[in-house]
Amino acid sequence: MKKIIVIILLGTLGFYTAHTFFDIGFGFPHFEHGIKDVYLQKTVSDLKVSNTVTSIVVNFRGFDTLGEVTVLFLAVTALGGILYKRRHEVGERSVLFSASSIVTSGSKLLFPAIILLGVYVFIHGHLSPGGGFQGGTIIATGFLLMLLTYENYSVNHTVLSLVESLAGIAFAGIGLLGFMHGGTFLQNFIEPGVLNNLFSGGVIPIIYIMVGFKVGAELTGVIYTVLHEKG
Amino acid sequence: MNNTYFDLLDYMIYGTAILIILIGLYGALVKKSLIKIVIGLSVVDSGVNLLIVAIGYLKGGTAPIFSPGYLANPIKMVDPVPQALVLTAIVIGFGVTAVALALVIRLYRHHGTLNIDEIKDLKW
Repeated sequence: MKKIIVIILLGTLGFYTAHTFFDIGFGFPHFEHGIKDVYLQKTVSDLKVSNTVTSIVVNFRGFDTLGEVTVLFLAVTALGGILYKRRHEVGERSVLFSASSIVTSGSKLLFPAIILLGVYVFIHGHLSPGGGFQGGTIIATGFLLMLLTYENYSVNHTVLSLVESLAGIAFAGIGLLGFMHGGTFLQNFIEPGVLNNLFSGGVIPIIYIMVGFKVGAELTGVIYTVLHEKG
Repeated sequence: MNNTYFDLLDYMIYGTAILIILIGLYGALVKKSLIKIVIGLSVVDSGVNLLIVAIGYLKGGTAPIFSPGYLANPIKMVDPVPQALVLTAIVIGFGVTAVALALVIRLYRHHGTLNIDEIKDLKW
């Protein structure tokens, strides 16, 4: 009975949502002069950044990204608070079977390559697809592989929280430096440089590298906390 | 600028996104296991993200990246604003899922079950 009611409700919702979106249409410009034209034009002329998504996330909507990073920090803190345990109650990792020898030897080989890929992705965030959030996630997957493979592999929580806090402070500090150069918060105060060079875009690569460190440390902390939860 | 004519593909992309949202909502509303409810909410997240990115698509448009090859041969680009918003939404979705799973773990520790019918503390 409950299922039938839910299906009828969802069917109505789906019908009207689909109706709205088919009216909007797919694949043609919805606005003659949208904000995206300003963004696309200023990304090349003012900021000299190739990746428009990066320039929107870090520069035009940089304050928004600072809030987003804060939400991520808050989520990780809440996770630690909810799953709080006294020190002697911390259990073994709760994975049911141990890894085979193929995984143990293969993950040693793969781990540096995964970290290198993550660092590459967040350093080149302003030139190619990717950036701090994506690179940080790739680094966290490397640590996930090591934590799943080796039963007594552990990450140092002090180092993780230190990296996380310092990266967050650096982000806010770069924002405050914009005031000192006579601008506003998160003002891009360094010379933009040449388009498609590694050193281009002013503060954008610096901020995205900090975001990469912060996201990598936070996600590794989440994985470690949940994996060492005794069921 | 013809918004009455549709290819089958156009229906399929919006349709798939809406279908994913509905599947996620169904899972969140009908399933009994708390883990499955969290999975359902996370599926809704993916569907909404796909829908937002699909709105910004432009037929024949390329990714909004000014690589050297693009500057030699410029064509139109897809809308970068929904992509930037979805990048934010994915991170927030991760935070929501992580906290929800932590609460589920805490509930399991306290009640010893994940079935919402057996957790009766908040029922009146």
